Amino acid sequence: MATYNLRINGNAQTVDTTDADKPLLYVLRELGLTAAKFGCGLGQCGACTVMIDGAAARSCQTTVADAQGKPVVTLEGLGTPEKPHPLQTAFINEQVPQCGYCTNGMIMSAAALLQSNKKPSEADVRSALDGNLCRCGSHVRVLSAVMAATGQRG
Amino acid sequence: MNAPVKTLNFSRRAVLKGGAITVGFALAGLPSRVRAQSAAVAKRILDSKEVDAFLAVNGDGTVTLFCGKVDLGQGLRIAIPQIAAEELGVNVDKITFIEGDTALTPDQGRTSGSNGIQRGGVQIRQAAATARKALVELAAQRLNAKAEDLETTGGMVRPKSGGTGISFADLIAGKQFDLKLDPKAPLKDPARYTIVGKPLRRPDVPAKCFGTHLYMQDFSMPNMLHARVIRPATVGAKLVSVDEGSVKDIPGAKIVRVKDLLAVVADDEWSAVRASRALRAKWSEGTGLPSQGGLVESLRNEPGIVDETLVNKGSPAAQRPDGAKALNATYYWPMQSHGSIGPSCAVADVSSESATVWTASQGTHGNQTSFAKFLGLPKEKVRMIYLEGSGCYGMNGHEDAAADAAILSRAIGRPVRVQWSREDELGWDPKGPPQLISISGAVSADGRILDWRTEMWIPKTTRGLPNIPLLAPEAAGLEHVPGLNTGLISQNGDPPYSAESIQVIAHWLKDAPLRPAPIRSPGKPANCFAVESFVDELAAAAGIDPVEFRLRGLKDPRAIEVIKRTAAMMKWQPQAYQLASTSNAIARGRGFAYIHYKHSESYVGMGMEVAVERATGRIAVERVACAHDCGQIINPDGVRAQIEGSILQTISRVLMEEVMFDRSRVLSVDWASYPILRFSGVPKIDIELIDRPTEKPVGAGEAACTTVGPALANAVHNATGARLRTVPFTPERVKLALTGKA
Repeated sequence: MATYNLRINGNAQTVDTTDADKPLLYVLRELGLTAAKFGCGLGQCGACTVMIDGAAARSCQTTVADAQGKPVVTLEGLGTPEKPHPLQTAFINEQVPQCGYCTNGMIMSAAALLQSNKKPSEADVRSALDGNLCRCGSHVRVLSAVMAATGQRG
Repeated sequence: MNAPVKTLNFSRRAVLKGGAITVGFALAGLPSRVRAQSAAVAKRILDSKEVDAFLAVNGDGTVTLFCGKVDLGQGLRIAIPQIAAEELGVNVDKITFIEGDTALTPDQGRTSGSNGIQRGGVQIRQAAATARKALVELAAQRLNAKAEDLETTGGMVRPKSGGTGISFADLIAGKQFDLKLDPKAPLKDPARYTIVGKPLRRPDVPAKCFGTHLYMQDFSMPNMLHARVIRPATVGAKLVSVDEGSVKDIPGAKIVRVKDLLAVVADDEWSAVRASRALRAKWSEGTGLPSQGGLVESLRNEPGIVDETLVNKGSPAAQRPDGAKALNATYYWPMQSHGSIGPSCAVADVSSESATVWTASQGTHGNQTSFAKFLGLPKEKVRMIYLEGSGCYGMNGHEDAAADAAILSRAIGRPVRVQWSREDELGWDPKGPPQLISISGAVSADGRILDWRTEMWIPKTTRGLPNIPLLAPEAAGLEHVPGLNTGLISQNGDPPYSAESIQVIAHWLKDAPLRPAPIRSPGKPANCFAVESFVDELAAAAGIDPVEFRLRGLKDPRAIEVIKRTAAMMKWQPQAYQLASTSNAIARGRGFAYIHYKHSESYVGMGMEVAVERATGRIAVERVACAHDCGQIINPDGVRAQIEGSILQTISRVLMEEVMFDRSRVLSVDWASYPILRFSGVPKIDIELIDRPTEKPVGAGEAACTTVGPALANAVHNATGARLRTVPFTPERVKLALTGKA
């Protein structure tokens, strides 16, 4: 059994596991942080996206060992009903989610984009989110919401 | 039991009814979706003929709605409370919505066929109208007034002339209505609606954006084990042997085997995943699959086909008039997956006495019967509780995962959570069936459809089948009804336009290559693709503008309006049918399609603008315009979301999706081998809703799927002169069509 020291949503967290390859996704979910979703386990769909060191990362492809010592932000840590992130406000205003299973990944990938590009064009947003799959067809509203969150639309 | 969520204070309720005591049950505190294990579930009235089955007025003036239909992301959690709030005369925020729990909600049928509002909502509207009538009558006695001088608003019955009223709670809280749904209870005049028709926000959206919405995949319970089920290497294979030692290095991992149902369980999910990868098992050869390359021909030649004439209107003239042009064409729609983003998941807690199953199934109530059967329990001892899963559009693996969990839980005597993998989901979810459709017909020189004959080769749903046959009971050798369920896939095989004669023949296949299930708008995307493509071919043959051609064949003013509105959105200039361009590297064109869904529900007009890159065969949909009439609109934003979803999901199905398989198993088991639409493929979408408050509300979740295929194919033809008659329109297929080889 090895112990890993993680920093999740600003809080120190120790995790004991015998498997250094355990994906961060399962670590988070066992801690009750279930916003990040299991979608494929292959890094293909984006449902499990979190931010690590300010960049979007697939938590199903990040091992607990790799995550050690780096700041991890999940959707729960991005904002709360009392203090929402502008993307969360915009996603609610645009009524983006249908089933909402992809929403975590959409918001986290967009949040990572906004870290480096405060006023992305719609093409930038499409490009940043192209690895995030949605099956219900909420794409048009995702684009509207991200543009609205950056103050570029109504 | 004191968590600060919505308080449903039934706990002191004890009503004597028909000699039976309805005891209180403690709902207080728990989120409505997680009350399951609460010890004392009251003897709720579940008979859908009774008002009390659908709604209860609580002591604090709130109203609880009990809905057998469930919200899969399509917005029933706001739309149905809007209907009930409007009809009762109570604010919508006073309503608590409970959905899909066989111990609490009446059976309103499966949430499918776009009937959540048109059946489920309308039934609840009548329950609310009956309740309102009773409340007004009670108040009339108390106020010594005439019922016709009273009205309900804000949870009160008040004199229309003003003055003091009485709250619903004062009139009935703690008591039951004890009334049958009255089909004659007067409904509110739509002209006075203040809640129905408003784009109220869906209550589940904030939690979905903060990551706190409880999905099926997020649900857990004490003492629960995590399981992964190992499916055979070949379809139909039997389990020969299991290497018990293969998982010994994984802490806590155990193998569970019930005949051919093989699983690993562990205390945590990752250990179960690792064990599933480590497990070694030997399977028999299995029954295998047909050849994919020969599939289309094998559908036409399958032994055991039963023919049925579905439509037979008029009779073809002995001889076609001079100048008539006859055409025939064959269209094919492949097997497709639901492609849910989250693989299926379920939790079950089963003993020899009873079963509780948490499931994302769209048919909790129907499953109660079939699960009771294979678990060998009385129906009333099986409780199915709906929790929202990843979007499902008919029947994905949700039911299968629930059956897996139930059988494993019974085998090991502990609650079990089954989570399917991506490979499980795309490999083993029941598939939309293949559809082969041939149409022959003729058009007169002046553009009238003369004769029309559609023939379709499609699998037949087994009569009386309660459910899609599930994998786990079959593998475990439990009592289970074999058969096929496809949904109503033969509808809309006939054109909605006037014609001298129309015939539709179904050649029912007794089997399907892979286990079939309804997928969103079952069968109709293929049928409309064939019919509306062929209509375009007839219009072209007659040299008539395709919009004009359609309008000539229609009398229904609602049909005419959606077509004209769509044409206006497209700035469509009627002209003799012609190709937009023939030589550019990128050819652009526009296409049109129309449907009257099931000939009885929504009217949809759709226009599409596409670009085709000749060198690569790549199609880009640039713009979609849709005029949509679903009768009375309950929540316009919800309708828009459904139309957007229908369009985008079906663009994905039409351009990209086909289940690939070899003689053993499905090969398209990840998002690389079963690609779906990405942001780069998302067009501009313009939608115009036509609200008809005095018409009945009909479904809006499916109709706009159907027009996508033909509008797209017609646009590609307009752009390039090439006819695409096989879905998906992959670049390879498009290139073949462009060179006349398809």
